[in-house]
Amino acid sequence: MPTSLAARCAVVAVLTALLAILAGCGGGDDKLTMYSGRIPELIDPAIAIYEKQSGQDIKVRTGDSPTLAATLVEEGSNSRADLFYAQDAGSLDAIEKAGNLEPLPADVLKLAPERFRSRDGRWVGVTARSRVIAYGAKVEASELPDSPLELAEPKWRGRVGWAPTNASLQGYVTALRLVEGEDIARKWLKDMVANDTQVFDGNVPIRDAIAKDELDLGLINHYYVAEAQAKDPDYPVKVHFPTKDLGSLVNVSGVGVLASSKHKQQAIEFVRTMLGKAAQEYFAESSKEYPLLAGVRPSKELTPLAEIPAPDVDLANLGDLKGTLALMRETGAL
Amino acid sequence: MATAAEPAGRPPGPVAPARRADGGRASWLMGAKRPPLVLFALGLAVAIAAALPALYLVVVVAGESAAAADAVLTSRSLELVARSLGLAAAVTAGAVAIAVPLAWLTVRSDLPGRRAWATLATLPLVMPSYIAAYMFVAVLRPKGLLQELLAPLGVQELPQIYGFVGAWLVLTLCTYPLVLLPLRAALRRLDPSLEEAARVMGRSPVEVFRTVVLPQLAPAIGGGSVLVALYVLSDFGAVAILRFDSFTREIYIAFGSAQRTEAAALGMVLVVVMLVLFAIYARVRGARALHRSTPGTARPAPPVRLGRWRWPALGLCGGVVAVTLVVPIGVLAYWASKDVASGLDAAAIMLAASNSLFAAAAAAIAAGAAALIVGVLCVRFPGYATRAIERVGYAGYALPGIVVALALVFFGTRVALPLYQTVAMLVFALSIHYLPLAVGPVGGALMQVPPRLEEAARGLGRTPWQVFRTITRPLVTSGVLAGAALVFLHALKELPATLLLAPIGFDTLATDIFRQTTTGFYEAAAIPALILLLIAAPPLYLLNEKGVSSS
Repeated sequence: MPTSLAARCAVVAVLTALLAILAGCGGGDDKLTMYSGRIPELIDPAIAIYEKQSGQDIKVRTGDSPTLAATLVEEGSNSRADLFYAQDAGSLDAIEKAGNLEPLPADVLKLAPERFRSRDGRWVGVTARSRVIAYGAKVEASELPDSPLELAEPKWRGRVGWAPTNASLQGYVTALRLVEGEDIARKWLKDMVANDTQVFDGNVPIRDAIAKDELDLGLINHYYVAEAQAKDPDYPVKVHFPTKDLGSLVNVSGVGVLASSKHKQQAIEFVRTMLGKAAQEYFAESSKEYPLLAGVRPSKELTPLAEIPAPDVDLANLGDLKGTLALMRETGAL
Repeated sequence: MATAAEPAGRPPGPVAPARRADGGRASWLMGAKRPPLVLFALGLAVAIAAALPALYLVVVVAGESAAAADAVLTSRSLELVARSLGLAAAVTAGAVAIAVPLAWLTVRSDLPGRRAWATLATLPLVMPSYIAAYMFVAVLRPKGLLQELLAPLGVQELPQIYGFVGAWLVLTLCTYPLVLLPLRAALRRLDPSLEEAARVMGRSPVEVFRTVVLPQLAPAIGGGSVLVALYVLSDFGAVAILRFDSFTREIYIAFGSAQRTEAAALGMVLVVVMLVLFAIYARVRGARALHRSTPGTARPAPPVRLGRWRWPALGLCGGVVAVTLVVPIGVLAYWASKDVASGLDAAAIMLAASNSLFAAAAAAIAAGAAALIVGVLCVRFPGYATRAIERVGYAGYALPGIVVALALVFFGTRVALPLYQTVAMLVFALSIHYLPLAVGPVGGALMQVPPRLEEAARGLGRTPWQVFRTITRPLVTSGVLAGAALVFLHALKELPATLLLAPIGFDTLATDIFRQTTTGFYEAAAIPALILLLIAAPPLYLLNEKGVSSS
């Protein structure tokens, strides 16, 4: 028995190796390849708009934005990707600094307001999202703070959730450092840690904990709640847009074209389509994000972008993560 | 020949520095101590492949060694090393504490249904730690499923389960089979005559267990413990979900924030920790001679009558199986039933299942073959060079999946671009990631093939290849199968390398689960998770039965 079993194993091994190599010989076609840090369910309809317009399919590799950015840096000029669509400005900034991105034409860049695109012109925002305070049934709307900084007060001790490893919170801290100064950012982080702020692994677990009534407040991106409300109108979590001290700071999801791409024109067309009317309307209505194209209105339940105080922060600077991470480590937030 | 089937039950664990009863006199194939050139070259190739993740770290760190040193030498990272080591030590202790009584009860006692208990008790091995963590949280969170069940009794809220205790519990329950499997095999191999001699000399049963049995089990416990500790040190999913600050979390953060030098430096700390663990293990293992005292085949030990004790014994087995299997499967089935109601893409799930199966099977075969090469080198030609080849291979297992994945991104795009992001590349990544799991059982099987048999065949005029085909291979097949099965079980649930290295569209059950859980759709993740368990069960059953049936 063992002999025949071993013989069979050997045959299977050889066949497997051949099959594996054959299966691998599928690449190298003319399809666009995109690395996407966005959730497939939310982004697929927008991609479909491009596919319909251009008649060409896009291949999408999904992961989390920072890991995909790290992958693109390792791949360097041999990357198979033509496009990178990230959840946050920081990941785009990281590969822009590493020299992986191609400059975008001015007419594409201009589709988004200046504060939502890279200063060097190598990536552009597609949608905006704001940092909000999500709250559950135990909290009265009237007692909600006007500033995220107030969450460090004793009143909220142990009642607030945040996700220090998440790019969105890191972006908020970076903005805080740039606008309010290093000392205020440091004090806030220290106070938040001392205030027994609950640490979570991401936005979704915070939202879920509030829905379960295990947590009263959480600092998350607005559309996570919108998404849950779309599925369940009675979802027990609401959002509050604070107005002071960077209030509900706005960040972007954005896209860039890889310098190593062999299909740059097509890739640029994809970017243009994402900032076109059809895609922007989809984002506004279905994924409840803020559209960036002038003339497309955000969903009614969102506080209009214009009413969210816009601190004088360069989003590309949110990529100054090293200083932020150092400060977060120093204060024990990370 | 009873030994032929036994090695199957000695799955994980490093190969012992081979101590041969005949002092390494004549040797296999060449009749000399040096391995044949072809074999050595093959071994070297395997070692280089397995060393790629560690090599990648060296390349990255070498570029900016000052920044790397700064990253490692902070009080924060030292504290995290201590935290991770503390967790690894606690989990290892917990795993041994569960595995020792279970192994003894299922091998040496007359426990009713002991073979069934053995298989059931090793099944948690197939549970990916991130799924286990999700379910643990879902059940035990302050307002989780358990609280809902208890609500009619007036239970408003359960205590918090996050942090060290949660991580310790989940990881212990996921990893104890890594100790249980080799321990059961070792128990079956014990020569009862030693214990009988001790009894005759007037030792009490407890003393006999402590002074005679336990020392003989040390290598199996040690080997399993090393794997458990390395698993904990490199785990990311469970600690992230359970909100325990660990060293791997720091590595992920650094990679994710464009600090690759810092990340690589932290990764190298893990490699160093692994080497230290090995040094400790080698001391434990190499301290005494452990071979049987009499010629011939060991007779199986008569089962110990449990009497009234069988009730608490059954309670222990039942409790472990309930917590590690019944509850998780119950929760998954509950979620799955909710998800099925909302529609199901059966074709996509079946495709993901067949992709998972294919990649894991191919990786298992490749790793089994590679392990045979490494095993033959280490066992038949012990020396510094061959031992280095074996140890280098463990780097892939000790490092977090993200490091293995990025290492292959780095080398793949530079030296193997046509293969980059193909199934072949994915299989390669999976097989080097889990190679050490196969080296253990293969090496163990080889150690039990008496070199004299091979020498006799050579003396009768067979060529080295004929000797391998007719003598060695039949005797080590079960060991190779056991090793391959372990690699299969791990490759099936692998996530980070699959996300980055698989061709686009090659979705697996693990990537499906990842996609659903990151968006909070736990119900939608339940069906792929159940299928994962289903696929994993047969090889595990085989692994167990191969071991059990030998006596």
